[in-house]
Amino acid sequence: MSKQNINVALIGNPNVGKTSVFNQLTGLNQQVGNYPGITVEKKVGFCKLPNNINANVVDLPGTYSLNASSADENVVIELLLNKNDKLYPDVIVVVSEVENLKRNLLLFTQIKDLEIPTILVINMIDRMKYKGISLDIPYLESQLKTKIVLVSSRKGTGIEELKNTITTYKTISTEPCLNASSIDEEYFDTLRKTFPNQSLYKLWLVITQDVNFVDLNRKTLKNNSFTKTDSELKRLQQKETIKRYQFINDTLKVGQKIDSATATDFRSKLDRLLTHKIWGYLIFFVILFGIFQSIFEWSKIPMDFIDQTFASLSSLADKTLPPGAFTNLISQGIIPGIGGILIFIPQITFLFLFISILEESGYMSRVVFLMDKIMRKFGLSGKSVVPLISGTACAIPAIMATRNIENWKERLITILVTPFTTCSARLPVYAIIIGLVIPDQYIFGILNLQGLTLMLLYLIGFGMAIFSAYVLHKVLKLNCKTFFVVEMPNYKLPMFKNVAINVIEKTKAFVFGAGKIILSISIILWFLASNGPSKNFSDAEAIITSKPENSNLSKPELENKVASFKLENSYIGMMGKTIEPAISPLGYDWKIGIAIISSFAAREVFVGTLATIYSVGGSDNETTIKNKMAAEVHPDTGVKIFNFASGISLLLFYAFAMQCASTLAVTKKETNSWKWPLGQLIFMSGFAYIVALLAYQILK
Amino acid sequence: MKTTIASLKKGQIAIIKDFDADVIPLKLLEMGCLPGNMVELLQIAPFGDPLYLDINGSHLAIRIETAREIEVDIIKK
Repeated sequence: MSKQNINVALIGNPNVGKTSVFNQLTGLNQQVGNYPGITVEKKVGFCKLPNNINANVVDLPGTYSLNASSADENVVIELLLNKNDKLYPDVIVVVSEVENLKRNLLLFTQIKDLEIPTILVINMIDRMKYKGISLDIPYLESQLKTKIVLVSSRKGTGIEELKNTITTYKTISTEPCLNASSIDEEYFDTLRKTFPNQSLYKLWLVITQDVNFVDLNRKTLKNNSFTKTDSELKRLQQKETIKRYQFINDTLKVGQKIDSATATDFRSKLDRLLTHKIWGYLIFFVILFGIFQSIFEWSKIPMDFIDQTFASLSSLADKTLPPGAFTNLISQGIIPGIGGILIFIPQITFLFLFISILEESGYMSRVVFLMDKIMRKFGLSGKSVVPLISGTACAIPAIMATRNIENWKERLITILVTPFTTCSARLPVYAIIIGLVIPDQYIFGILNLQGLTLMLLYLIGFGMAIFSAYVLHKVLKLNCKTFFVVEMPNYKLPMFKNVAINVIEKTKAFVFGAGKIILSISIILWFLASNGPSKNFSDAEAIITSKPENSNLSKPELENKVASFKLENSYIGMMGKTIEPAISPLGYDWKIGIAIISSFAAREVFVGTLATIYSVGGSDNETTIKNKMAAEVHPDTGVKIFNFASGISLLLFYAFAMQCASTLAVTKKETNSWKWPLGQLIFMSGFAYIVALLAYQILK
Repeated sequence: MKTTIASLKKGQIAIIKDFDADVIPLKLLEMGCLPGNMVELLQIAPFGDPLYLDINGSHLAIRIETAREIEVDIIKK
């Protein structure tokens, strides 16, 4: 039998366990990418089916209907209506869940109108008994003109049956299950006559949505005489929705029996506690505090371990490989560069772990509900809480997560202020500087001074985000309708498999995405630091040895002198020297200047740069970066470079400055203009400079 | 004064009567907020806004300004 490849599209409302079904079908055979031109995540998985059929499974973004109101939802329509797309589905699997069947079926009836074979999955079947629900499957199958598969993605039951049903996709009906055009017969008749070769529902979607297709353009439709006004169209859409619900209600009246509503007790009790005017906020802040404390505490040991390992790896490479430029590149450029990436893994993993647990459990929606009124005072929405919290992992997914904010002004402000929250790329910078300038002491016996400083930096980040939101709220004059609809899903115990896959995917994306930048910058830096334009660089050894004051130095001391003289006269040294006048009022020397320049593209490069610079500058690779930094003194005054004043100034600089090219790029994409990212850059970095300047001048 | 979702007390159940389709987002209709459907006010957020509702079996939260636009008939309590 020959092999066959088919495309399967998974679609469903948010919170129905669609991603769990996807994970059950494909396991770790997933590829996460972006749809071309937009930042919506594209997940494609691979699954082997019986009868030698291979399936590409596309996990489409969650949506309540085909009436798109966001970029995420547009992706769904565009894929389902474009027959030329590589992933155009041979069969669609609509995932619904047993407790919200009524609402889930609205999307199903719309999908059925597209005339593609469609399977209905009813998920969370394990809760059916507990909820007193029973279903008449044969009746539902005949009414909905589909095959129904009962699944429990939590227990893993029904997945084999789903795979088998997918293989029989050719026998599944493509007939719509209700006649939606009866809402305005005359109008749809005209449409049908004008475009005889198009599917009617597709025409209707193009008229009402802002999407275009190769063979069907909005303009050609608008130019016709029978067009309706926007208000009339909206009324028709409403009629359509009512019509669909009538059909669904009639179908479920016969096909579904619900015994009692007693089981909602647990949910309402937990709701009462978690949205309580005192307990609700208290629980929320305790959870946040716990998360930040544990990220710092738990990551310490693995991070030290990674730091040590790479330091010794570097010296091992130095000792065992034949000396020369290539060995130097490996031991001073590549190994410290990779170390600089891998050191993030513990903190990022913990952050993504906590965030995905909060989202999976349904708690995040309660936070949105709890915070909406307060956030609105600052021009934000309750939904801004999610980006602001996930901004502590990385601003890029956080800015993308603003998409579900319906009000444009609230969304824009959230996008603009999210980069102030302390992202994980700032953590290594903070960690190393706090370690250098803040004493490792306890106050009141339990509070670690270093941990407290970190906590304070997080608070400053949030505070600044909220404050600038308030300023923007007062300054920006934008008039837009405000909508706010948030689903409150049932509480669920987070599934280990979902959380694990999510954490692995996100960490992988971060390490490889940021890793490429960090690694290439490390190599460029190493090159710029090991070459110089003038005679001073090439003849460094002769110049230093010939100086009379150096005549009684020991051999290693002399080597160190030569190395730092070389660095000063290298290309990178000259760059650092050039900007030194601008940054010395902040307490920084030219080496820190280099690190600030190179970390403009990404903050985390700061530590890697210093690692490379100090590896090149010294002969001994065994000492860790931190020890090398602590030993740095000002050549003229003998004062430590990383002292309390310059340390605080650096911490504040990194707290506020817009040192992240990827965030600027994503802001440009999401706001569709260069105006906003440029504003972000100027405001954030300008503010950072002023604050760092003040801090150093006051503290020194 | 007309009775709207905003005038419900916690735990009260009502039937949705009517609303102006131009001010209510389509998304809300799609989640089941349609004339004739049942609505129960489950929780009110601290400071009185937003409202946490059970509409036609869907659990969702909306702001009070939207709730004021949806006319209802109270049927219980």
